[in-house]
Amino acid sequence: MAVEGNQSVSIKKLTERFGDGIIDSSVYRDEVTLLVDKGALVSICDFLKTDPAFRMDYLVDVIGVDYMPASPRFEVVYHLYSISKRHRIRLKVKIDESESIPTVTGIWPAADWPEREAYDMYGIIFDGHPNLKRIYMAPDWEGFPLRKDYPLRGYKDKYNPFGEEKEELL
Amino acid sequence: MAEREDLVATKTIKLHFGPQHPSAHGLLHLIVELQGEKILNVETDIGYLHRGTEKLGENLLYHQFVPYTDRLDYLCAMSNNLAYVMAVEKLLDIEIPERTKYIRVIAAELSRIAGHLLCVGAWGMDLGAMSILLYAFRERELVLDVFEMLCGARMTLSYMSVGGVRYDFTEDCKEACLNLVKIMPERFDEYEKILTGNRVWLKRNKGVGVISAKDAIALGLGGPALRASGVRWDIRKHEPYLIYDRLDFIVPTGTNGDCFDRYAVRIEEMRQALRIIEQAVKEMPDGPFNVDDPQLAPPPHDATYDNMENLIHHFKYVSHGFKVPKGEVYVSVESPKGELGVYIVSDGSEKPYRIKLRMPTFMNLQSVNKMSKGGYLADIIATLSSLDPVFGECDK
Amino acid sequence: MEGFYPAGKSFGVTTQENPLGDAVLFTTLENIWDLLRDNTVMDKVRDNRVLRSLFNWGRASSLWPTSFGLACCALEMIATACSRYDTDRLGIVFRPSPRQSDVMVVAGTMTKKMAPIVKRVYDQMSEPRWVIAHGGCASCGGPYNTYAVVQGTHLVVPVDVYIPGCPPRPEALLFGFLQLMEKIKRESPFVLEQKKIKVK
Repeated sequence: MAVEGNQSVSIKKLTERFGDGIIDSSVYRDEVTLLVDKGALVSICDFLKTDPAFRMDYLVDVIGVDYMPASPRFEVVYHLYSISKRHRIRLKVKIDESESIPTVTGIWPAADWPEREAYDMYGIIFDGHPNLKRIYMAPDWEGFPLRKDYPLRGYKDKYNPFGEEKEELL
Repeated sequence: MAEREDLVATKTIKLHFGPQHPSAHGLLHLIVELQGEKILNVETDIGYLHRGTEKLGENLLYHQFVPYTDRLDYLCAMSNNLAYVMAVEKLLDIEIPERTKYIRVIAAELSRIAGHLLCVGAWGMDLGAMSILLYAFRERELVLDVFEMLCGARMTLSYMSVGGVRYDFTEDCKEACLNLVKIMPERFDEYEKILTGNRVWLKRNKGVGVISAKDAIALGLGGPALRASGVRWDIRKHEPYLIYDRLDFIVPTGTNGDCFDRYAVRIEEMRQALRIIEQAVKEMPDGPFNVDDPQLAPPPHDATYDNMENLIHHFKYVSHGFKVPKGEVYVSVESPKGELGVYIVSDGSEKPYRIKLRMPTFMNLQSVNKMSKGGYLADIIATLSSLDPVFGECDK
Repeated sequence: MEGFYPAGKSFGVTTQENPLGDAVLFTTLENIWDLLRDNTVMDKVRDNRVLRSLFNWGRASSLWPTSFGLACCALEMIATACSRYDTDRLGIVFRPSPRQSDVMVVAGTMTKKMAPIVKRVYDQMSEPRWVIAHGGCASCGGPYNTYAVVQGTHLVVPVDVYIPGCPPRPEALLFGFLQLMEKIKRESPFVLEQKKIKVK
């Protein structure tokens, strides 16, 4: 990773402008990470894309992580990259199981499928997503596979006899 | 003719370009909405090869996950290995020996040649030039022979491990690589003679699947497809890893963003990969090929059963693994298809807490709709082949 | 359309003018066919060793697979079909459509989402048909014992030959094909008639 590129990501400029929107920031192994409030997410993303000092025009990925049993349970991580400035930044938003998070497909259309994947694997709902439905699993699948309480081998059915017994909800 | 079309065409049809299809490059399901032969909309349905690799990673030790990374982009297995192994090494904050860096670069570039050869070969076959597939596989077998000399396996290699590589780069491998560098350029000239000036190839690829640079960046396209649209972005040059900053190579870009440019970019990338291999083989220093940490490197292969210390070392290496400090890291490499990234969240134990694999095909396939709208049904085949989707990595 | 097919003239097109007469004709033809098939002379002909080996030799020497390449094993299957490890010399020509093929090579991991489609392609093949499970994932799920992977093709379609390996070398796939040929030569080629299965 180019150290000079990432030093040009000025955390101070962002915290001055957004204040409360940015809850925490850190630099670990020369990667800049910002913990961001859910309400300020879209405005920060828009600023990062349009501001000439940042120019983060390439959305690399949208990732969901499950931190059960911590509360808030889920964390949505955004990796951004600037092709002209050659620097990266990571934004994190913590949300709970019943909350939903605004989508960034209006800013980067590339977020379409990664957000669908986060929904399919974790059940995180993205407000305003044009087409939020399952992408990896079959459309009638029950459950969200990558959650920590979902068994690795799935539930027992005719295709995988090693799965766990499904407890029927009465 | 346009009047006839208005009179006759009344309903649109939805065609399933099904998961099982000889030209679908794997398991791609497209639902194509057609008006006659013109495409109105393409909806992509993936997930037919979703195997649960990420969830498996949460239950395995760090070095046990390396074979699963091979099976992601199975055309060019070394790049996936490289990304994962570099991510773990970044978390551990260790420095690998010089010789290992050179070996890894050679392996990655050989994978790039193998991957692009197959792309061009399958592309030719899909568009009807069946003999190109046979020629491409003839060359690919030469590259796979080098892999077999390196580590014993042809396709799914698991050659890299955390802290180094599994086996050394012997003199046989060196000779084979230099032999490849000598004979391959004329083989590439052969492909160019058959394809590049060919009227049918040009008619089917020029002006087909056009995407502008702005749209490509907005849709997350990467790799040769993005470079063919004119965007000069290559992670090997912009954020150099291993020894790419010391090597001399150019990054080809195209101008029009159509299928033909993507083909031309790939052929040129293969030639540049040969250049890189030649430089790396000639400049390779001697030395150890594994980091000197007993927790990360197993004991030497032939001396494992000789004494008690080696036995215990081997046992602990295989069953216990190593603990990784708490934190999260993201590393990306330039795979033949785009940016391949690995994001690891570690909670301080010897198993990862979360592994996310950012796969270039997953993002590249989002642009199929934009590229195919307004074209003909037969152009979808050319567009898909030019994007070179691999479903092992798209669906993980 | 009336101008093309004037009533009364048949340009090789069957008309619906005499339905009762046609039914009597076809039933008679079917009865004659059954008589020709199910008598003791034909049973003796079918038990003949030379005739059986002739039929089996014909089936085994030109096995046409439909390539069901799912994952990494598909690459080795294609490599087997290409110039170095040629399958064409054994009469094995890969066909794109299941309707034109004898054997289905399931190469790669079968996921639960893909299983109904594998079954559908298998159903489209006509008898006699065989299945080769190519690779570890097709044989038993391979290294993927997870929520989304079917633990073996035999849970979906009946399998004749299992080829282990991850991925199996092209020589292993060729050996698998040769084993299938030996299995075919051991079989009886007239199974439907012997079991008196009438397809009505």
